[in-house]
Amino acid sequence: MTPDAAVVIGTGEAVVFWILGPLALAGALGMVLSRNAVHSALWLVLTMLSLGVFYVVQSAPFLGAVQIIVYTGAIMILFLFVLMLVGRDSSDSVVETLRGQRVAATLLGIGFAALVGAGIARATQDLPVVGLAGVQAGPGGPDAGNVEAIAALLYTRYLLAFEVTGALLIVAAVGALVFTQVERAPGSRSGQKELSRARFLTDRPQTLPGPGVYARATSVAAPGMLPDGGIAEDSLATGIEPQRVEPAPRGAGRHQLGSPDAALGALDPTVSDTPGGREGGEHR
Amino acid sequence: MTPWASPEQPTLADFGQDVWWIVLIKVVGVFAVLVLMTLFAIVLERKVVARMQQRIGPNRVGPRGSLQSLADGLKLAFKEDIMPALADKPVYFLAPVIATIPAFVAFSVIPLGPVVSIFGEQTPLQLTDAPIGVLVILAMSAMGIYGIVLGGWASGSTYPLLGSMRSAAQMISYEIAMGLSIVAVFLYAGSMSTSEIVAAQADGNEVSLFGLEFTGPSWFAVLLPVSFVIYAIAVVGETNRAPFDLPEAESELVGGFHTEYSSLKFALFFLAEYINMVTVSALAATLFLGGWRAPWPISIWDGANSGWWPLLWFFLKVVAALFVFIWLRGTLPRLRYDQFMRFGWKVLVPVALVWILVVATMRTLSREADLSTGQVALFVGVPVAVLVLLGLAVGARSANRDTRLMAEDAAAGGVHAADPEPDVLPPAGGGRRPAGTPSRSEGGFPVPPMDLVVPPSPRLRREPVATDGAVVGTGRRTTPTTSQEDGDE
Repeated sequence: MTPDAAVVIGTGEAVVFWILGPLALAGALGMVLSRNAVHSALWLVLTMLSLGVFYVVQSAPFLGAVQIIVYTGAIMILFLFVLMLVGRDSSDSVVETLRGQRVAATLLGIGFAALVGAGIARATQDLPVVGLAGVQAGPGGPDAGNVEAIAALLYTRYLLAFEVTGALLIVAAVGALVFTQVERAPGSRSGQKELSRARFLTDRPQTLPGPGVYARATSVAAPGMLPDGGIAEDSLATGIEPQRVEPAPRGAGRHQLGSPDAALGALDPTVSDTPGGREGGEHR
Repeated sequence: MTPWASPEQPTLADFGQDVWWIVLIKVVGVFAVLVLMTLFAIVLERKVVARMQQRIGPNRVGPRGSLQSLADGLKLAFKEDIMPALADKPVYFLAPVIATIPAFVAFSVIPLGPVVSIFGEQTPLQLTDAPIGVLVILAMSAMGIYGIVLGGWASGSTYPLLGSMRSAAQMISYEIAMGLSIVAVFLYAGSMSTSEIVAAQADGNEVSLFGLEFTGPSWFAVLLPVSFVIYAIAVVGETNRAPFDLPEAESELVGGFHTEYSSLKFALFFLAEYINMVTVSALAATLFLGGWRAPWPISIWDGANSGWWPLLWFFLKVVAALFVFIWLRGTLPRLRYDQFMRFGWKVLVPVALVWILVVATMRTLSREADLSTGQVALFVGVPVAVLVLLGLAVGARSANRDTRLMAEDAAAGGVHAADPEPDVLPPAGGGRRPAGTPSRSEGGFPVPPMDLVVPPSPRLRREPVATDGAVVGTGRRTTPTTSQEDGDE
């Protein structure tokens, strides 16, 4: 493949680019502009997903999958994990604490982008174009060779960089653990297991009974009742004066007054008054 | 290209060349299969769990209750859609969608069968495949976490937030173990594409043992048992199923991440959970159980691996895997959060890492010493496996020594089975117990009284009803002359 003929963009690729390109850009802008931290993270996820699809479209499926698994799947989830702990309603304040900070940040950002862009443009200006087949030709075509080509480069030419990056990440993770670890003498604090076993050694492994729920009171001050009508002492809340709940007035239902006919004064018992009168007592 | 190349076995070059209507048929087919499998799995789960709990289960809608999940789904769709006042509206709306779409997409790389003829077109029974096929599933399961995490966060309520925090930690942890367990399969199959992994399990290795030639097993579940076990455990955590259903633990978190959801949004979460179950079951069948290829006694028949028959073998394997999911749910209690995390990080991940090392070493050995895979597995793998199993057995026996002694004591009639060396702190504020009265819970967990007699069933107590038409009483039920309600409504 000659360098000049290498730039051929298929229709599908162009369509994907013109759909996902604006989406990726919108994600980046939304990430900067949205007030809510979680919304920012979600916009960033959109950008990363679009980048992953770009990789796949440009015949680098392995990179695309790794982009989605590692960046969107692991790193951004960890970000979200922390952001959710911050609290739902903590939005960015719009008050500028440093005067002129936004203008300075915008200018510096544009300057940095120009610098990086120019540097990359200069560095890649005169590089010979090898073409996809020249880099990752495999038995199954350039797409299938992607995995082998990356593996061969990672484990031969860039082995040292790969290993050093791995070591750096491990050290960072272990360091963060060491910094956040609180030193305690062993045995001075009981864990979930010890607490659970200690609880089962008492007479009451289960939770305390709750306050009573009555027709006239559902307050925590109303004690629960035992089956015999007494008050369950365990259900009394500490620090609250227990309230004696007045019992509801005597009911006017069938249980107290008998059948409706009896209540109305009818003399002849009906079929439903007779226990077992209808279908041998099995009224369901 | 490969020794197992046959016209039925699709290669990577077969994909991406279908006519558009074939693609459309496959897309609709995958969608329909997933929805139907979800409906089937829900009914199967309810029936099987009911049998395990000595109940009957759903038996009203359809023949033997088989349409119950369809009725439930329709009912769910017509319920009121409640938007909590504190909800973050766009995210609350998006979360179920984010949970569902990756679940559907992940199934697109699962091979359902060999190359078949659909209306005269030769095409593989698989929507698509890529050199990184399995990574697509991993990526999609990673995206599915967002749905759960965001759903819990956007609800603006405490229990969903707790559930989503748990699920974020849990699914990331178990995804690592799951990914590591698959690595050994990649090493053996020499590919990450699902169709080639199935192809790699086509033929067993020829092993000659003491002059006897026989064909070894070809399933990776047999060749790589440790990988299979780790995968099976990790996907249960990954799909939030019991005993790892901490994100939605209904006795602790009400419903976890979907507490505030109702109507179709809840239905989408439900759908995503069951589709994930089906997908990981299908992936287990593909990676470890030979994919759509017929199991041994059937594979003797020549036509078993061609045409549409493999669809049957594949779905039988998937249903078997689903049954294991349900079996686990009906058997095991939920783990505590600290036990769960310790198990994931301190057992599954290290074991998976060591196992990858062992597999890679064996592969290198077989290549250097020019041995076949089967010979290496036989002469190195089996002794190592026996050693490891012996070690595990001895270790487990010594670790459970106290429990075993207590069990023997209890079996010999001991009432107060006591831990010989209780490694517990003294009970906090244990002054409530009256002195002198023995407690049944002394030294461990409470035991029910051993001398209980089961009371006779109230139904047996029912007396014959007086049927001679005598007027009994005046209607006030003061004299219980005849049978009373049993209260078994």
